[in-house]
Amino acid sequence: MPRIVVDVMPKPEILDPQGKAIVGALPRLGFTAFSGVRQGKRFELTVEGPVTDEILEQAREAAATMLSNPVIEDVVNVEVLDEAAAAASEDVAAPAEAE
Amino acid sequence: MSETPLIGDVGTAAGAALSGTPLSGARIGVVTFPGTLDDRDAARAVKLAGGTPVALWHADSELGDVDAVVLPGGFSYGDYLRAGAIARFAPLMSKITKAASGAASSNPLPVLGICNGFQILTEAHLLPGSMIKNDHLKFICRDQALRVENNRTAWTNQFEEGQEITVVLKNQDGQYVADEKTLDELEGEGRVAFRYVGWNPNGSRRGIAGITNAAGNVLGLMPHPEHAVEPGFGPLGADGHYSTDGLGFFASVLSQLVDAK
Repeated sequence: MPRIVVDVMPKPEILDPQGKAIVGALPRLGFTAFSGVRQGKRFELTVEGPVTDEILEQAREAAATMLSNPVIEDVVNVEVLDEAAAAASEDVAAPAEAE
Repeated sequence: MSETPLIGDVGTAAGAALSGTPLSGARIGVVTFPGTLDDRDAARAVKLAGGTPVALWHADSELGDVDAVVLPGGFSYGDYLRAGAIARFAPLMSKITKAASGAASSNPLPVLGICNGFQILTEAHLLPGSMIKNDHLKFICRDQALRVENNRTAWTNQFEEGQEITVVLKNQDGQYVADEKTLDELEGEGRVAFRYVGWNPNGSRRGIAGITNAAGNVLGLMPHPEHAVEPGFGPLGADGHYSTDGLGFFASVLSQLVDAK
């Protein structure tokens, strides 16, 4: 079934305390190449049937009104997940399942 | 609201005497969402101050006969998505938002949002700004001094301006943020109601602990006045005695409701 992906990130001017904690911890594991981390959210909206323009518009509206808070967050991406890629990622997620 | 024995000797009448408020019998709704924790404490605080607590359920479609509403603290919907983000869309919230924004009357509904209730009020756009994780990333629970910056709201009129009070602060997402323009407007219009005293416990912009709307009927704050209403069981105040400073919030709204009648 097709899915719509919505990516939400904290606004650039908003301090991201979680990202700050992660970037502080990375060097302890030897990951010294990263000077900053910002942590966002990814939502996957499953659709029964084909994704029409109207459904995609509903996803955009949901992203703006509920999935994000415009005071502290930006919706940075709304897109239909490529179905072949989605199937591949499901195979990775459940490698032991024989079809 | 089901009857629970009140701790110590402080009955309704004694509580009212303590807060200096006449028994108004005003009905104060206390809303319970899935994951709300402090609804019982809020109801007790209302009762101790001399009001009549009325239990409201988030899925109710009607507000009923209440004179004011408290959105108590807790973790509605487990803080999933964002704190208060899902509770904000509860059926009862649309009624509260309408009554509080005063579109229908010159007497807008007094609403107090405590902690998660404050987060719900910002998500519902009744108050500007938002709360993000504490800058130190830890859950914090302590007795916290606050300065009353605005004593002209429905919930603060029994305090003195500049008065310092002590109530409990306990949260993880307590860092108040808003853009500079909004912060300047809040300051300029006297809508910063409470500021942290002594230190900034969570990185909140300009040390803001609580704000009000322009009409003064909606107040949101992160610390918990409902936990500082019974002698011997509240936080230790600046004078070395257990603080009952929280009663002032509930006494204020009862006082305003009496005056309005």
